[in-house]
Amino acid sequence: MATMVTTRPVIQKGAGGGSGMPGPNGNGSKRKEPFPEPDGRANRYRIGTWVGLASIAMMFTSLSSAYIVRSGTAADWLPLQIPRVMFVSTAIILLSSVTIEFARRKLKQSFTEAYSKYLLVTALLGVAFLGSQLIAWRQLTSQGVYVASHPHSSFFYLLTGAHAVHIAGGLMALAFLWWRSSRHHSEVPAFVAKRQATADAVSIYWHFMDGLWIYLFLLLLLWR
Amino acid sequence: MGRVLAVIIWIITLLSVLLFVSGKWWFPEGISSHAPALDRQFLITIVVVGISFTAAQIGLGWMVWKYRDTGSATDRAVYSHGSNRLEVLWTVITAVVFITLGVMGQSVWANLRLNEAPPGSYSVEVVAQQFQWNFHYAGKDNKFGKTDPKFIDDGTLNFIGLDASDPSSADDSVTASLVIPVGRPVELRLRSKDVIHNFWVPQLRFKQDLVPGMEIKVHFTANKVGKYELACAELCGQLHFKMRSYMLVLPEQDIQALQGMPQEQFQARVQELLNQYQLPNYQ
Amino acid sequence: MAETHEGVHEGVHRHPAPTGFIRKYIFSIDHKVIGIQYIMLALAAVVVGMIMSLLMRLNLSWPGRGWPILETLFPTGAPGGVMTPEFYLSLVTMHGTIMVFFVLTTAPQGGFGNYFLPIQIGAEDMAFPVLNMLSFWVTFVGFIVILLAIFVEGNQGIGEWFASLGPSWAGGSGTVGPIGGWTGYAPLSALGKIAGPGQGAGMNLWVISIAIFCVGSLLGALNFITTLLNMRTKGMSLMRMPLTCWAWFTTAVLALLSFPVLLGGGILLLLDRIANTSFFIPSGLYLTGVLSGSSPNFPLHTGGSPILWQHLFWFFGHPEVYIAILPGMGATSHILATFARKPVFGYRAMVFAIFAIGLLGFFVWGHHMFISGMSPYSAIAFSVLTLSIGVPSAVKTFNWIGTLWGGRIRFTTAMLFAIGFVSLFVAGGITGLILGQSSLDLPMHDTYIVPAHFHLVMGVASIFGMFAALYFWFPKMFGRFMSESIGRIHFWITFIGVYAIFVPMHIMGIVGMPRRFSSFTEYRFLDSLHPLVVLVTVAAIITIVAQLLFYFNVFWSIFKGKKVENDNPWEATTLEWTTATPPPHDNFAGVLPTVYHGPYEFAVPGAPRDYVMQTDSPTEVPRGNGHNGHH
Repeated sequence: MATMVTTRPVIQKGAGGGSGMPGPNGNGSKRKEPFPEPDGRANRYRIGTWVGLASIAMMFTSLSSAYIVRSGTAADWLPLQIPRVMFVSTAIILLSSVTIEFARRKLKQSFTEAYSKYLLVTALLGVAFLGSQLIAWRQLTSQGVYVASHPHSSFFYLLTGAHAVHIAGGLMALAFLWWRSSRHHSEVPAFVAKRQATADAVSIYWHFMDGLWIYLFLLLLLWR
Repeated sequence: MGRVLAVIIWIITLLSVLLFVSGKWWFPEGISSHAPALDRQFLITIVVVGISFTAAQIGLGWMVWKYRDTGSATDRAVYSHGSNRLEVLWTVITAVVFITLGVMGQSVWANLRLNEAPPGSYSVEVVAQQFQWNFHYAGKDNKFGKTDPKFIDDGTLNFIGLDASDPSSADDSVTASLVIPVGRPVELRLRSKDVIHNFWVPQLRFKQDLVPGMEIKVHFTANKVGKYELACAELCGQLHFKMRSYMLVLPEQDIQALQGMPQEQFQARVQELLNQYQLPNYQ
Repeated sequence: MAETHEGVHEGVHRHPAPTGFIRKYIFSIDHKVIGIQYIMLALAAVVVGMIMSLLMRLNLSWPGRGWPILETLFPTGAPGGVMTPEFYLSLVTMHGTIMVFFVLTTAPQGGFGNYFLPIQIGAEDMAFPVLNMLSFWVTFVGFIVILLAIFVEGNQGIGEWFASLGPSWAGGSGTVGPIGGWTGYAPLSALGKIAGPGQGAGMNLWVISIAIFCVGSLLGALNFITTLLNMRTKGMSLMRMPLTCWAWFTTAVLALLSFPVLLGGGILLLLDRIANTSFFIPSGLYLTGVLSGSSPNFPLHTGGSPILWQHLFWFFGHPEVYIAILPGMGATSHILATFARKPVFGYRAMVFAIFAIGLLGFFVWGHHMFISGMSPYSAIAFSVLTLSIGVPSAVKTFNWIGTLWGGRIRFTTAMLFAIGFVSLFVAGGITGLILGQSSLDLPMHDTYIVPAHFHLVMGVASIFGMFAALYFWFPKMFGRFMSESIGRIHFWITFIGVYAIFVPMHIMGIVGMPRRFSSFTEYRFLDSLHPLVVLVTVAAIITIVAQLLFYFNVFWSIFKGKKVENDNPWEATTLEWTTATPPPHDNFAGVLPTVYHGPYEFAVPGAPRDYVMQTDSPTEVPRGNGHNGHH
């Protein structure tokens, strides 16, 4: 085994890491300013959203498996009359999925004003969805069906409530995007990429919440 | 430093193994029909565990002993990123050993848990509650009287909520100690009134949770007459450590005699037998 | 104009270094500061947990003996200096909860992972720095709430205020918290004060704290995964990442998928407690003379399933074991290679093994429930799957020993702890072969062999991994070394001490000693074990006292330790050793490194030094890019 003892110095303290060494970075860069944002970094918003959605999906999986197990183990499981207004909710959230997709595409084509408008429409539809859900809750309570009435009603309030919390989170993100879209913007590529990525992230989230609602609605409607 | 570490690892290994093989502390004598098979499976497993543990520690110690840094500037470590053949070899060997062990262990489990109690078994209903055991015997008619929580009355000592209006409950008895026959399959119907408890007699070599809202059936055969301690082994609250009872394994004729007795006499006789028998002699 | 400029700034440059004290050290978004905050949180939490274990040991070894100091400290929990059973059980619960959540989950992942994952992959920070700050502070709030759970039950004043919130908040039992164990089995955990002291307000706060902790961990996990997937520097391919990064990544995936399930379960439990639902509470319960539904203190519950809670809990609980240990495995692999001056043996096999452990970890939760009343058929599947998880664990052990083979081992304190990790991991893990078999679990379940097993493997071994990590990375984090001589004494006492504590516990388990008993005086078959119980306590006292050395070493060395002379004092290879000490705010002072080599290129033949750093120019090093070289 050939070995060599070299006189190459070890890195000195304060040398700023690799830049103090003759070429270990190999990129020939001598810049000392803050980092440029490397290509593809904007992707983190999309990745992060998918990762976060995986965890949200896990939580709803656990709750709905509890729903299925609980419905099978007990004699106290009573069918629940799902309020009709929930079909309206479903229509609203489906529509909002379409509008947010418009918003995303408009941004991609750099129609920022249309983007901003569609964001607002989506957010308003989101509020309408929450309002419609609230009406459904009030209809049930007026019939005397509360959280603790029976397990089916407990799950009903829990699942719709947990979903509503997530929709409210989505509304905050939409409001943030809308507020940002109304301000002046730059055409620097990194900024454009970041803006598009955040818009994509929010729309991914929103579509997911739409799909999640359809799933929950069918579960509550059909699995009695 | 390396040698000291190696020696300490080896001494720890030796002392640990000695503690296990000393025989001073081990299972109490098994008295159930499945105990020998279970003890054998345990022995096989612990031998595999012991050999693996010892081999790994000796190997680790050996590396530490042998491959100390010599301080030489020119002497370098072996440049190796591993060996695929070795990886395959030890993956296959451990997989075979571990999974064989796991599959072997299933026979005891299957015998105990995958079948019903044989006909003619002696049935006892076990109703646990916070810090107390209740054992419900069917009496002569071999039929358990109905129970319902709404009949529970601590004042009249009706702890299990026996329905007095049910004719089959007339000859039933409830005691605070478990009485079972020797050499005959026993079926326990386990229930709980409040939180989760666990039925645990070390000599029987099994545990089972008693879960409120469920009736769980287990069966076994005890083959040695005597008096044994019965513990709750699932945290059930404040006085969990005191939730103790006894299990009496009696000759068949004693059981027959008991079965004909009304409740008060049954309880008095059980008390008498409890005083008569001694716990096993633990060193 | 100004806005345009701001937009450019925001899009192109990452955050500048903060200047104020609060932004720099308290609400910092710098992953390094957050990492240190997590480590400090764990160092504080572990003191609480350790004192609790000490108190438990005193009670078990000398039952009925009065300790005057206890009466002074806990007048209601230990009247006359003798602990009440409920006081003991609340120690059991709180020790477990604090250790598992706030020590074993925070330090390895939130602490070291936060500090070193971005640096080791060549990133200037985490993907979402603000989220990172949030995840720490959410976790911190969780810790405050769990401490509150201790005090609310012991303090009349606070207790009364909480009691005004509703029936399930009634507390004031005078204990130090809930008594249901860290597993919180329903219905004991779901019923409120009627189920026992400590189960009122303390239990509510316990559930809330766990839920908060889940949220914090999820935010952290999301960040770790995104950072690793998106922020690796040029040349840092997946198979060039240090094994530490693989371990943190897998841990984050486990956390991401298992904590939501616990969160879901926690919400159901809380609803059962405060909204009178019946997810886990069956019908017809009768406690302390009250039938469910016959009193306002005990409302009607119907049809719930206690086993459902166990499924939800252990679906999280088993992956949690790997959340605690995987980072220790990563650190151990990293440190063994560095101080053996050798590449990691079987890098690829190590990566696959981490993944296999993570994946299988999701399918074995049922082995905690063999005797719970679930289907005996599913027990068979869970049992065989559980034993198969031993295979990747064994592969890792073989590879660690293989890494030492042919090395030139330098026995630094970090290395001693890493070797100790391997020894303890084997000792603790191997008894999984016993506990994983459904039939052997019949006698072994909930006896002392269970705490012996999991304390060795997920408690002590994980902590040894963290000790190794701290001694190893301390110079990079603080610019000073920890004292090696104190470190060695700390290692010897701790290493021998933990064996002396936990090996005898296996024997107790075989004899049949049940866990979570506040006293063993009630049973004759346990009498013969008393000498072992005392032995364990003496060993525990010595080991715990020895940790004072460690604490002294940490805080003394931050200010007075030997200064680090150069940026790579251990002659290691990975990126954290290429940058300044401590690393600047953006980690690499303006230039992201480019990676040319695998993470553990030690002893490369023909290379100028016995180590090739990941950033070393490829032209200067003839070989050393391969992963599957042979010897």
